[in-house]
Amino acid sequence: MNSIKIRSHNLNVFYGPFQALYDINMDIESNKVTALIGPSGCGKSTFLRSINRLNELIDGVRIEGQIYIDEKPIYARDVDVVALRKKVGMVFQKPSAFPMSIYENVAYGPRIHGIKDRRVLDEIVEKSLKAANLWNEVKDRLKAPATGLSGGQQQRLVIARVLAVNPEVILMDEPASALDPISTAKLEELIAELRCNYTIVIVTHNMQQAARVSDYTGFFLNGRLIEYNRTEELFVNPRDKRTEDYITGRFG
Amino acid sequence: MANYPIVQNKEKARGNVFSAGGFYGRKTPVRGKELWVEKVLMLSASLFILAILLITLFIFAKGIPLIAKTGLTDFIFNTEWNPTKNKFGIGTMLVGSLAVTLGALLWAVPLGLITAIFMAEIAPVKVRDVLGSFIELLAGIPSVVYGFFGLIVVVPFIRDNLGGSGMSILAGAVILGIMILPTIINISRDAIRAVPEEYKINSLALGATHYQSIWRIIVPAARSGIITAVVLGMGRAIGETMAVVMVTGNATIIPDSILSPVRTMTSNIVLEMGYAAGDHQAALFATGTVLFVFIVLLNLIINISAKAGIKNAHR
Repeated sequence: MNSIKIRSHNLNVFYGPFQALYDINMDIESNKVTALIGPSGCGKSTFLRSINRLNELIDGVRIEGQIYIDEKPIYARDVDVVALRKKVGMVFQKPSAFPMSIYENVAYGPRIHGIKDRRVLDEIVEKSLKAANLWNEVKDRLKAPATGLSGGQQQRLVIARVLAVNPEVILMDEPASALDPISTAKLEELIAELRCNYTIVIVTHNMQQAARVSDYTGFFLNGRLIEYNRTEELFVNPRDKRTEDYITGRFG
Repeated sequence: MANYPIVQNKEKARGNVFSAGGFYGRKTPVRGKELWVEKVLMLSASLFILAILLITLFIFAKGIPLIAKTGLTDFIFNTEWNPTKNKFGIGTMLVGSLAVTLGALLWAVPLGLITAIFMAEIAPVKVRDVLGSFIELLAGIPSVVYGFFGLIVVVPFIRDNLGGSGMSILAGAVILGIMILPTIINISRDAIRAVPEEYKINSLALGATHYQSIWRIIVPAARSGIITAVVLGMGRAIGETMAVVMVTGNATIIPDSILSPVRTMTSNIVLEMGYAAGDHQAALFATGTVLFVFIVLLNLIINISAKAGIKNAHR
């Protein structure tokens, strides 16, 4: 099954006079993990935030070109941003549980999308927490404040919160950069499990992590997609000199 | 995007290194002088605490004997205030203070909270700045001017349109509400702004609308600050004197409608202080004692709620 989930076509993004992305053309495969690597400020996070239109929150941003999800343009006039963001969930760098109970954190998404039935919510919460490998750690204290969880647990809670709205794509913006090695390992394990059901795009500064978790890797530099290939290919036989320099640690 | 915070942190860290170096560099040679400064600061702080203690002591010393003579419940709940017959019951004024304060909170809290949300979350920068300077202006107007405005505008309006003399709970609630709006708006706006940006972004990324994010995430997260705003506003309302004296009619009766005149505890003190003597004067101090205890209790509520908020944030 080699279907394209996300297709970026000549995407240019500007922050005021500064151009952050140049003509990004990239096809992201369904039910695979795609890693975006590159030095700080290279545009990989900008690209990620273009996929759920979160870039629009920044003042002075201008977006040209198009991104298609399931061959439907997301920057078309009639697109419902709420429905798009429901379909494309996002996990951020800093684990950020809402200041409410663990249960309410996970139930928040379904609630805002109109689910009121307590039994349905209970079911979604349990299923999502199980899918995020957090259920066993929190099942006895679902009513406890979520801010009491550790960073790694909070990050998995955030993933459970995203899974609860039943997305098809999950964007992850350096999800492990604030976590300790053990929590990172748990998170990577979780990503490996999630790939069966979701299309995952992950931005990471950690090249070992990209090599471990991803099927495809894209290398960004100065707002351009330099090289994009199967992960083994890109790391073993980089075609571009700049990719080689970056992955061998000669700059960045 | 994700790279900006890192750069900012680096800059901040560098700034701190510089200032720390300057601070330590200067500290050693002027150590003696600094000891002096510390002593002076400590003395000022002690004087301040001493002043508060003396005032408290004075009010209690003057007021408690009369409360003891009349009986605490009788003093607070008896509705007959007749100094010439030695009847000292502040029941009507307790009701008056509560009625006017509650009336003010009833409309100023919702309006203030909505304004705060608008300023913190929705208004464009220019609108926010204009609103901000108007609120500062509102906070800077002396209370006697508010009272005058009430007397000239609000009281006649109520008299002509709703009946009665116009001097009423309603007039007091309207004027007091305007006076506490700046407190409520400023403090709850700051509380809303202090909510971490990540909450909002996470909520939006889950497909919530801006309004859903405000009502379900941002306002609840700012809850303890908003409670503080309300309690401080309440404290200001219950302690306000001048404007209230001018518009509420000051009759020592139990009000039967919001158009009835009332006398508040603060009004009672200011109205009779000039000619009171003996037990009468003591009764006014006793009124002040009750007011004082009331406000201390309010402050306690603020502290408890603020501490609970901090705990919640760091848990």
